[in-house]
Amino acid sequence: MADLRTEFAGIKSPNPFWLASGPPTDKEYNVVRAFKAGWGGVVWKTVGETIFNTTSRYHANAHNGSRIAGFTNIELISDRPLEVNLRELKAVKRDWPGRAVVLSLMVPCEEPYWEDILKKVENSEADGIEINLGCPHGMSERGMGAAVGQVPEYVEMVTRWAKAHTRMPVIVKLTPNITDILAPARAAIEGRADAVSLINTVASIIGVDLDTMSPLPEVNGKGSHGGYCGPAVKPVALRMVGDIAREFGPEQAISGIGGISTWRDAAEHMAMGAGTVQVCTAAMHQGFKIVEDMIDGLSNWMDEKGYRTIGDFRGRAVPNYVSWEKLDLNYEIVARIDQDACIQCGLCHVACEDTAHQAISARRTNGSRRYEVIDAECVGCNLCMLVCPVENCVTMERVENGKGYMPWTDDPRNPMNKEAAE
Amino acid sequence: MGAGPDIAAGRREAAEYAEAFGELKPPLGRSSALVEASRCYFCYDAPCIEACPTGIDIPSFIRKIETGNVKGAALDILEPNIFGGACARVCPVETLCEQACVREAQEGKPVAIGLLQRYATDRFLETGAQPFARAASSGKRVAVIGAGPAGLSAAHRLSRLGHDVTVFEARDKPGGLNEYGIAAYKVPNDFAQREAAFILGLGGIEIEYGKALGKEISLTRLRQDFGAVFIGVGQAAVRALDAEGHGLTGIEPAVDFIERLRQAGDVSALPVGRRIIVIGGGNTAVDIAVQTKRLGAEDVTIVYRRGPDAMSATGHEQDLAQTDGVRIRHWAQPKRFAGEAGRVSAVEFERTEPGAGGRAQGTGETYTLDADMVFTAIGQVLLADPLADGAAESLTVEGGCIAVDGDMATSLPGVYAGGDCVAGQDLTVQAVEDGKRAALAMDKYLRS
Repeated sequence: MADLRTEFAGIKSPNPFWLASGPPTDKEYNVVRAFKAGWGGVVWKTVGETIFNTTSRYHANAHNGSRIAGFTNIELISDRPLEVNLRELKAVKRDWPGRAVVLSLMVPCEEPYWEDILKKVENSEADGIEINLGCPHGMSERGMGAAVGQVPEYVEMVTRWAKAHTRMPVIVKLTPNITDILAPARAAIEGRADAVSLINTVASIIGVDLDTMSPLPEVNGKGSHGGYCGPAVKPVALRMVGDIAREFGPEQAISGIGGISTWRDAAEHMAMGAGTVQVCTAAMHQGFKIVEDMIDGLSNWMDEKGYRTIGDFRGRAVPNYVSWEKLDLNYEIVARIDQDACIQCGLCHVACEDTAHQAISARRTNGSRRYEVIDAECVGCNLCMLVCPVENCVTMERVENGKGYMPWTDDPRNPMNKEAAE
Repeated sequence: MGAGPDIAAGRREAAEYAEAFGELKPPLGRSSALVEASRCYFCYDAPCIEACPTGIDIPSFIRKIETGNVKGAALDILEPNIFGGACARVCPVETLCEQACVREAQEGKPVAIGLLQRYATDRFLETGAQPFARAASSGKRVAVIGAGPAGLSAAHRLSRLGHDVTVFEARDKPGGLNEYGIAAYKVPNDFAQREAAFILGLGGIEIEYGKALGKEISLTRLRQDFGAVFIGVGQAAVRALDAEGHGLTGIEPAVDFIERLRQAGDVSALPVGRRIIVIGGGNTAVDIAVQTKRLGAEDVTIVYRRGPDAMSATGHEQDLAQTDGVRIRHWAQPKRFAGEAGRVSAVEFERTEPGAGGRAQGTGETYTLDADMVFTAIGQVLLADPLADGAAESLTVEGGCIAVDGDMATSLPGVYAGGDCVAGQDLTVQAVEDGKRAALAMDKYLRS
């Protein structure tokens, strides 16, 4: 039986599944329900300045029968008094000492504010603090959240203040709304952050109501940009987590956030370097019970693969995450269609014919349809395999060409190499 | 001696009839339609299109449902098939489009094309919009005989093409079998009339009711008065059974009873026997069996002279009969009808076995089933006499059908035919295609 216990920036939890700072971790009631369901930890919804929320706060992108493929919110930080949050947090930690409880903070970008709030939360019994430098909506317009996270100098400065005024581990939550995630990540590390967590939500407009002509979610005829999350943002998150893991090495503590709905999503984040993962949208969609399969599924998969602890596979994909120029140009694959499995939908043909390499022929013999790969035209792009609705009907097969590894950096066709040779 | 046949109305609780004769398959709501639509792969060279006699671009209309373009979806259906609403209800989709659906091959569960077609057409027809317009008048007049699916399909297309159409209908309502023949639970809520009203809403189509070919009208006369004639008279005669005692009261063609049932305002007032025997193996046999069962008959038995595979009722229909508690007995044929005081009381059947060429042959062994009512559903035939009205030229009839070419042209110039009176599948959707194809050919003929 796999051991799912994690120790992350000194914070212990029975499993790596934490609830991210957000509506699910707004108060004692929710957090207790989450712990009863089995979540390993929570990042308590961000506390800080007094704010007021709009009604109408969320919206979702449905895709292909899935009601929530992407999700957006325009909710601000906690709208409950700091004292209430701290009292409840303390009670939770007392009753659930084995679970991780991290408190998320956000105050204006001046040291006295940070000093003040850190003093207030010092005795909260929280296991650590997460500084929210990522929220891209509402708070950023007030010079907080992503407004800070987008300026590496500020990230470093705030991190230093936090470290100076608390004994607790400091996790810096990063915004993806930047050009290069390494800049703010480096700044947080320079500021002596114990860990980074990412991604916060992506600044976005999820849709437009074509009747009212208002961006969504609509607040009395108007909309504001929101923070995008849910399954749709996982690819963005994996890349940024991977960038940081590759740059700063396996010692760097990273809490992976973004599009995690299942144990598979979590395992992928971890393979890219995350030590714990944080979940929000999936819980908001289907409730806390989803953690049961996350725990069970991850554990079974680890057993199957022979991984005893999270550490056994964490970061395993990072060495294979390379820049394009290191990919093998001599690697060759072509599409193969299993004619027995083919259901004659023709999608491989039309995709290749209309948009790729005209490498799949369409023939009719005695009324029945037959789609065949024209090897000479196939560039092995995978498109046909991706559009085929039948599992393992179109597969990509290795062509043994006897050629060894040759990245672009070594390729004689690379003009840079020619110059070097001359 | 018994007290005579047990035939009575109101065998069920009043409230039960509405459910028994209501919607067989409930229509899809918006969210279930969207989920079902998302199952369509949007195939290239989609097999379902080819399997539809009217060639509806099924992947296209399903995609339009998914994007919320319901009008576009409905027009994808109604353009090639103006009876798209009826076909969505009565088509044996399990042997047509849904059988060809690649998801049937993949997982044995095709996209519910029929229900999606119904979703699109219902939503559109509810708007009351009239999507088609007539072309500039050609100045030509066309006669259509029969206001069933074939006739109205032809009439609608001819009117769209700019011709003035007069439809001659023997009965007093349009719709043909959709109105008089199809089982009530397949087209409830007066759908046939609502759909006919939509089709006639185009304009340019006059219907003269109570005008039957060979009685009030003649082909010769119509050919003189109109530029072209379309015949869509269906199969108005029923095939006769010649077993001994077939003349007893209480034995009648299934289609006659179904017609009374379809036209009854209150089905609970319709007298039905306690024990019913249906002779035949087609969809009409299932229709009468299920409907009499739903009227409250206690024992309903279909007796068919061959095995289940030879039944022309689809597997889906046979399942429906059995779900409703109808017993199907194979391999027997009626030998003699027994009666009391001129009324049928039992049927003696002879067991059959497969003979030469797949035909059933009697074995001599018999059994007898008691019955209060016996329905024959052994097929309908073309009433050929009215077609030949003594004119020099007469219409060629082959194998009980009006002979037509690929353009639905008969042996007489300017005379076209389609639907159940020509050879081919006796389906609404085929009749609609026949009418459409004939209209396109008639348009060329009229303008040549």
